[in-house]
Formats: sequence, C-alpha cells, structure tokens
Amino acid sequence: MVENRPWVTYLTHIMLVVGVLVMAFPIYLTFVASTHTLPELLDRPMPVLPGSHFIENYTTALTSGVKELGVSVGRMMFNSLVMALGITIGKISISLLAAFAIVYFKFRFRMFFFWLIFFTLMLPVEVRILPTYKVVADLGMLDNYAGLTLPLIASATATFLFRQVFLAVPDELAEAARIDGAGPVRFFFDILVPMTRTNMAAMFVILFIYGWNQYLWPLLITTDESMYTIIIGINRMLAVGDDFAEWQVIMATTMLSMLPPVVIVVSMQKLFVKGLTETEK
Amino acid sequence: MAEVLIKDVKKSFGKVEVVHGVNCNMEDGEFIVIVGPSGCGKSTVLRMIAGLEKITAGEISIGGRVVNDLEPAERDIAMVFQNYALYPHMSVYKNMAYGLKIRRMPKAEIEERVQKAAKILELSEFLNRKPRQLSGGQRQRVAMGRAIVREPKVFLFDEPLSNLDAKLRVQMRLEIRRLQKRLGVTSVYVTHDQVEAMTLGHRLLVMNDGNMEQIGTPIDLYERPKTVFVAGFIGSPSMNFLTAGISADGTAVELSGEGSLPLPDGFSKYGGSEVTLGLRPEHIIVTEKDSPIKFKVDMVEELGADSLVYGYFGPENTILAIRVPGTVKIEADMNLQLTCEPQNLHLFDLKSGNRLEV
Repeated sequence: MVENRPWVTYLTHIMLVVGVLVMAFPIYLTFVASTHTLPELLDRPMPVLPGSHFIENYTTALTSGVKELGVSVGRMMFNSLVMALGITIGKISISLLAAFAIVYFKFRFRMFFFWLIFFTLMLPVEVRILPTYKVVADLGMLDNYAGLTLPLIASATATFLFRQVFLAVPDELAEAARIDGAGPVRFFFDILVPMTRTNMAAMFVILFIYGWNQYLWPLLITTDESMYTIIIGINRMLAVGDDFAEWQVIMATTMLSMLPPVVIVVSMQKLFVKGLTETEK
Repeated sequence: MAEVLIKDVKKSFGKVEVVHGVNCNMEDGEFIVIVGPSGCGKSTVLRMIAGLEKITAGEISIGGRVVNDLEPAERDIAMVFQNYALYPHMSVYKNMAYGLKIRRMPKAEIEERVQKAAKILELSEFLNRKPRQLSGGQRQRVAMGRAIVREPKVFLFDEPLSNLDAKLRVQMRLEIRRLQKRLGVTSVYVTHDQVEAMTLGHRLLVMNDGNMEQIGTPIDLYERPKTVFVAGFIGSPSMNFLTAGISADGTAVELSGEGSLPLPDGFSKYGGSEVTLGLRPEHIIVTEKDSPIKFKVDMVEELGADSLVYGYFGPENTILAIRVPGTVKIEADMNLQLTCEPQNLHLFDLKSGNRLEV
C-alpha cells in the first residue's frame, strides 16, 4: 500500500506480531521443556519459563542420548545430514542432467521420456514404497547410506523446474557457444550451470528440508540404531512402553534437529528468494 | 579474410522447402547485405553459412574450403546475434575471451586481442562489468568485440541493430560500416530494414519467399530493379504501381483512359503489351502544364526538408504517393497535374513481374 496512514502500519504490525507469536509458541515451549528436569516437566502446571538444566540436557542428548536408544543425537544428526545432503546434491545433479538432455538434445522418444518423468510426479512416494523397498532390500542396501539416499534421488519436480529454466535460456546462447567452439559438456558446465545458480540454490533449500524431514523411508529401511536419522530417533525415543519418556532430552533433541534446516534457510535466503523471483536471463 | 561462395543452396524443414536456391559469390572483404521481409529465408541462409542449420542441397565454401559438413566452430566465422547472446554471468572480458580460451590460446595473446578489440570499440573501461550493467549499444559492441577477437574469415550479422532505438541504430550502423572497412573482413549482414541495407552493403541480395530476387549494388537495385518486388521493397516511401499498356508503336505508356507518358527509346518490341508501371514518389513532378496524370490530394505529411503527398488518381482512384520539396506548399483537396521523366519510368511485365529490359 502506498498511502501513509499510521494506524494501518500499526495494525499490520500487530497482526504480524500475533502471527509470529502463534507460530513460535510451540517452539518456545519445546525450548522451555528442554531446559528442565523430567520431574519438573511432569509437574502441573508445566513451566513456561526456561529452567536451569540447559547445558546438562543438551550434553546428554548430544553425547549419550536417551538411555534405551543406545545411539547419540550427534550420530543421528550426522546420519540425517548425510541423507539430506546426499538427496539434495543427488537430486540436483541428476535433474540438471536430465533437463539438459530433454531440452538440448533431439533423440527418439524425447517427449515420451519427458512425460514419463512428468507422470511420476503424480505418484506419491507411499504408492511406490513397497516395490522400492523390495528393490533396495534385494540390492542389499538396507541399513546403509546408499539405501537412505539413492531411492529418493530421482526427482520429477526438480527435472521439471530445470527444464523450465533451460527453456527460458535464449537459443542464441547455445548457438553463440557452438560458434565459440564449446561442445555440449562445456556449454553445460561453463554456461548453463552458472546461469542456473540461483535456481539451484532455491532447489537446494527446498530439497535439503525435504531430505532432512524424511520420515517414512528411513523408518522402513533402518533397523540398526547406528543408521537412525534424527527424525526416526525422536520417534523411537517416545516408544518406551510403561516407563516415562525422557521428555527433557527428547525436547533438546527436537531443538537440535531444527538447527540445520534453519541454518540452511537463513544462510541461503538471499539466493533462495532470487532463484524464485528472478526473471532476467 | 576470404571469399564466400554460395552455390545453389537450398533448405527444407521436413517437407517444406523454405530456401529455393541461392547463388552468390562474395568477394574477399566485401560487405553483403541480405535483405527481405520477415519469413523470406534470409536468416536461414545466414545460419547455413554459420553452420547452425544443415544445408539441404547445394554447397557453401569459405576461403576455398567447402564447409557443408563442418561444425560452426571449424568454419572460422564469427556471428553477432540480434539479442546479442552475451553470456550473462561472465564479465565483458570473459565474454570476449571465451572462444579464445576454448581454442587454448595462450593467456597473454588473449589479453592482447581483447584489449585491442576493447580499444577499437571503446569498451576498455567496461571490461569488468557484467552485460546487464551495460546499455543496449554497449552490449551490441561487446557482441561485436566477441566477433572481432576471433579474427575470423567472415563476420555474420543477424539483424544486430533491431533491438536498439532509432538514434542509436543510425550511430551503430556507421560504426559497423567503419569497423568493416577498417578490418576488411568479408561480412554478411541480414536485415529487413532497407535503409540499413542500402547504407551498409557493397552489394545487396534481395530475397522474397525463399527466392533470390536480385543481387547488386544499392544504386543498381534502386535504378534498375529486376522485379516488381525489388522495386517495391527498395526505396522509401515505396514505389507507386499502376496498371498500364504500352502503345502499339512502343513510344508511350498509356494510363487507363487518362492519356499517356512518353517512353525512352527501345520499347518498340513490347508494343501493345500490358504492363505494371512503377513510379518512385521522388520522381513524380508537379507540373503547370497539361498532363495526363490528374491527381487529387488527400493528405500531406510535412517532414520539413520535403513533404509526402498522398492522393487519388484516375477513374479507379488509385492511391499515389509523391514526394515534393518542403518549399512547395500543397494542401488537402488540391487538384494537381503530375508528370514523370521518361528515364524514370519502370516497366514490368504484368504477369511475371519481371522488368522489361530495353
């Protein structure tokens, strides 16, 4: 809005603040819970101010984790990181190459392949999870990083996005490169890849969070605790039967598990926004 | 530097033939402009010389070497595109150096060539900028710089000025001309703008609908257009066309029921035939004497130095355009008498549209 009316500014800011409070409150409670001892948490009413056991709880989480689980949060974070990065980098590289082939090369059944990729967009992971599991199991990829990342690497969405980006690149650029003597591989690495940098950054953010938050797939294929991802870990921590779950450690773990995506988003925010909005090629 | 020979070159896309056979011998250092309306196949011809399109039939050779099956990079050509096609993420320097780098030229020599080209094009202070930080004219110059540093045998220009505003276009036109003269590199330039074509080219190749209509010097095309198409395309405003007949003895051309204009000698063999008569607006003279062309003024466009007068002529109210000096005051609804010198009459066969040669 262009009008300069003070009360509009106040109103919009109040609404923003209320919105932020509503969104942030559960996270705040999680943080509060991660700084108390278990008995304090189980007391009623639950505390709403941070307690004094911050260092203790986080140290426990990072080093030993919940007693019954037998794996530290540090280890699970590392697993999650490997999985998220593996999926992200894999997806971006494969989609870039696939989109490059579809846009810049003429071969038989080109459109057929494109539509084939496009149709898989419409199938949710859950639909093809059984056959995928069977294949991964037969290949002996249960309980290792390959099994965690490879099946999730193929991505119709990213291929489609990069196809659109490449289509927006003027043909003359490819022709100019040809006249300059650049072959397809050079053209791809010297020109296309640098030109799609911002789009890649946007994809990186989206895919990293996608990879980090994977739940169903790692739940299915990991049985060895040392391969648990942090998301699975949190879930397993709750399965304690009749005992009390160690809420203070679980909450600390939850806070920790939120950190990497936040770091990625914050550090790549500028590129991310540019990648989604920039039109100039 | 080299000569470019185009021998009966044809191009089909699928079953549709879009270029029906072009022949042209371009001499070393010559500036050839291919001109024609959009869709006439002029860009396709250029792209075949560049190697961006396959040649369906015929042969193209550059500097005595047949290039039909060579990749663009091996043809020793450089091309300037309409939208410049600069690499947006590279600096001006890198844009110019990219082709040389791929050729594995030593760094020092690349540096030297780029600096030299930048100096010629007055780009020295912009070498570290990205293309988007430059104005249209500067981008255009970078695109030319990229062509120059390659020191190719042939320059190819694909409508390089059409993205610029009118004033800049005139300026860049002069620069291209000066540059070509200075470097002496054989150049092929495609445009749909006939003024650009007339001012730049040593010779013009006029194309229409995939056919080569005529090739010749600008003055040649202006004074002796071979077909009605060339006559109408070259010159601005374009030539007026009237249907007329040549008198039985071939000494005059008869305008439908309005009298006749005398012809120069040599038309007796065409006596009695139906023709299309072409009159350039600037060749039509307003006269006080009794004349066969009675003209009623409809509109006047005053341009200062001269005025364009549009009006009707004859029983069919054919629209004619004439150009008169700005000092002659003409207003709408005036009745004028017009005439034209015999040597300025252009006669074309009514059916084939070909010029009647004396």
